[in-house]
Amino acid sequence: MAEPAKPADTNRPALALHVPEPKYRPGDRADFSHLDIGQPGDQPRPDEGVHPSQISGLAYGLIRVLGDDNQVHGPWNPRLSPDTLRAMLGHMAMVRAFDERMFRGQRQGKTSFYMKCTGEEATSIAPAMALASDDMVFPSYRQQGILIARGYPLLDMINQIYSNRADKLKGRQLPIMYSSRAHSFFSISGNLATQCPQAVGWAMASAAKGDSRIAACWVGEGSTAEGDFHSACTFAAVYNAPVILNVVNNQWAISSFSGFAGGERTTFAARGLGHGIAALRVDGNDALACYAAAEWAANRARGNHGPTLIEYFTYRAEGHSTSDDPSGYRSAQEREEWPLGDPVTRLKKHLIAIGEWDEERHAAMDLECAELVKATTKEAEKNGILGHGLHHPFHTMFEDVYEELPWHLEEQAEQAIRERITKFGTERPFG
Amino acid sequence: MNENPATVGEAVIAERRLNMIEAINEALDIMLERDPDVIIMGEDVGYFGGVFRATAGLQAKHGKNRVFDTPISECGIIGAAVGMGAYGLRPVPEIQFADYIYPGLDQLISEAARLRYRSAGDYIAPLTVRSPFGGGIFGGQTHSQSPEALFTHVAGLKTVIPSTPHDAKGLLISAIEDNDPVIFFEPKRIYNGPFTGFYDKPVEPWKKHPDSVVPEGYYKVPLGKARHVREGEALTVLAYGTMVHVAQAVCEAKGVDADILDLRTLVPLDIKAIEASVEKTGRCMIVHEATRTSGFGAELSALVTERCFYHLEAPVERVTGFDTPYPHSLEWAYFPGPVRIGEAIDKLLKD
Repeated sequence: MAEPAKPADTNRPALALHVPEPKYRPGDRADFSHLDIGQPGDQPRPDEGVHPSQISGLAYGLIRVLGDDNQVHGPWNPRLSPDTLRAMLGHMAMVRAFDERMFRGQRQGKTSFYMKCTGEEATSIAPAMALASDDMVFPSYRQQGILIARGYPLLDMINQIYSNRADKLKGRQLPIMYSSRAHSFFSISGNLATQCPQAVGWAMASAAKGDSRIAACWVGEGSTAEGDFHSACTFAAVYNAPVILNVVNNQWAISSFSGFAGGERTTFAARGLGHGIAALRVDGNDALACYAAAEWAANRARGNHGPTLIEYFTYRAEGHSTSDDPSGYRSAQEREEWPLGDPVTRLKKHLIAIGEWDEERHAAMDLECAELVKATTKEAEKNGILGHGLHHPFHTMFEDVYEELPWHLEEQAEQAIRERITKFGTERPFG
Repeated sequence: MNENPATVGEAVIAERRLNMIEAINEALDIMLERDPDVIIMGEDVGYFGGVFRATAGLQAKHGKNRVFDTPISECGIIGAAVGMGAYGLRPVPEIQFADYIYPGLDQLISEAARLRYRSAGDYIAPLTVRSPFGGGIFGGQTHSQSPEALFTHVAGLKTVIPSTPHDAKGLLISAIEDNDPVIFFEPKRIYNGPFTGFYDKPVEPWKKHPDSVVPEGYYKVPLGKARHVREGEALTVLAYGTMVHVAQAVCEAKGVDADILDLRTLVPLDIKAIEASVEKTGRCMIVHEATRTSGFGAELSALVTERCFYHLEAPVERVTGFDTPYPHSLEWAYFPGPVRIGEAIDKLLKD
């Protein structure tokens, strides 16, 4: 007879379940003094070919360039020309103006949904500028800054948001789920983190073909909990894929704070270390630090040194979307207390401090952005707004499900068109 | 490979006979050769050549950039394949068993199947996901499932299931060249020989079956076209994969003059062939190995009833697996074999 199994000890202590809780709820005084944000310039900048194990500190520290003195500090200063800095500031101002207008448009009933990226502009615009224009990006839903930086027409963005006649996606996608192959901008899904292994696959294909283009994806810290993110890390590491995995840690996934994605235990950048992926943690409200980190990762990928995971430490200054009211779950003070400030203000103050910008020009730029967005909005409205008419011929609903329409979709298309005639008669062409 | 020369008049024609694995391997080899954008990836498919040997020799011949092993992550395999498709490649990922495809479902359903639509043609996902499916090999519940109905339910996916070596090669080439994502389920019970369902009888090898004659080189069997296995007047049989052979054997054993259609492609479905057959016979038996409730047989039954109702002389009969997991020791009790099929035929023909 075998020895009996170890008997159960009746004096064992009761176990306790830990359910994370954010520090501040509505009505609380927010205080972020517990956050260790280091000092600008205090992180080393290793060679791009470094082995990930030698730079593990960068996954826990915070790469910062712009100081409270509005000057640049340390080895991560990307040494951008004043023209580039002004272009960066211009893109950020444009995104902010665009977000304001589209948010109001949704409130006015012109579309169903919108998502602002207020406070996070630097995390998409700076990396987009650090990449080449033909590097492939796989965005999440809050990277409108990439399209602005890549010169995608505002009119096309608004047409998509309105799902109107001129919407290049034929009214099929939720507002802001853009796609533009011409801008190397992948179709936005809405299912979270699915773009991560896709970006890795694209990068693997580029490498397998001996191409020189690299890929980058963006994912929120909350979505790093998805299996897709971890599959992406595994594949990126296994195949040394030329890819940049950008994690935008804006602290909140709708109402769930970063603790529900594991943020209480370690940093999101540290997710890379277990995979053997180079990992950087960056002040996401410091456009220069964001640019420098993305440039480092792009050089690393292009030099066949493999993937990089970048955590952009930032703060979602507004609600998750137009369908969200953050006053129901977090302290309203958090935004103003955020210790890393506002990315637009910080870049503006830096440009002023180095004598390359002034308040008058800034005010004029803001006005110009607002007016351009307003005029483009009016132009887009000529193509219709959501809910005011069915803008697209009904047959388009059945197109692109497959390359060619199989018989069952032909039959269903005929039915849809019959239903339209029953409702509207044959007089109206469509809409 | 077997070479069985047959004499036709004076000429000697090399009648090459392959089993289904060899036919699939040949289709992959040809497509790797013809199209530099075709790549093959999956668990154990590289150096080793796959657990069923479907990719044997392909890495050695075409190199590691074209044929390679992957991590054990179906989500990652399909997700990476979607990205490769966006780049311009034509990936042919293998999922080692259909039972393991579920971690990749979101990437298939929400991504691959929707990409052309949601981007209005900006991006496509021209993947062909190969996966052995079905039971009858004592694979237990995790190596025996037939999940085809999960995929036929998804707008944007095509689902293809061959039943012979000849079709496996031609359909796989069509699937790879297709610009839409295709789920290509390979009935593993008939990889090495057509199975009649009489599990207590000796196994027949493919070389005795006429459809193991596989032409050399490139050819296509079009998607969306059924194969008329046998012309008959008494009743229509709709089947695919392994069950084509089982249904045919039972009809032969019972001396039933059946009109048997091998559907080959479930989506898009060859509805014209189905309608023509049922209008001729007035009776319809649908056979699949998958579980019954919401199985593809339900769709077929509905289509036949909706479209051929006034030609029907008896209610449509479905013969399927039971609504249980695939039981290891009782797999022949689960399997829709000769007894179950025979009862359905008797019911259909009793009036």
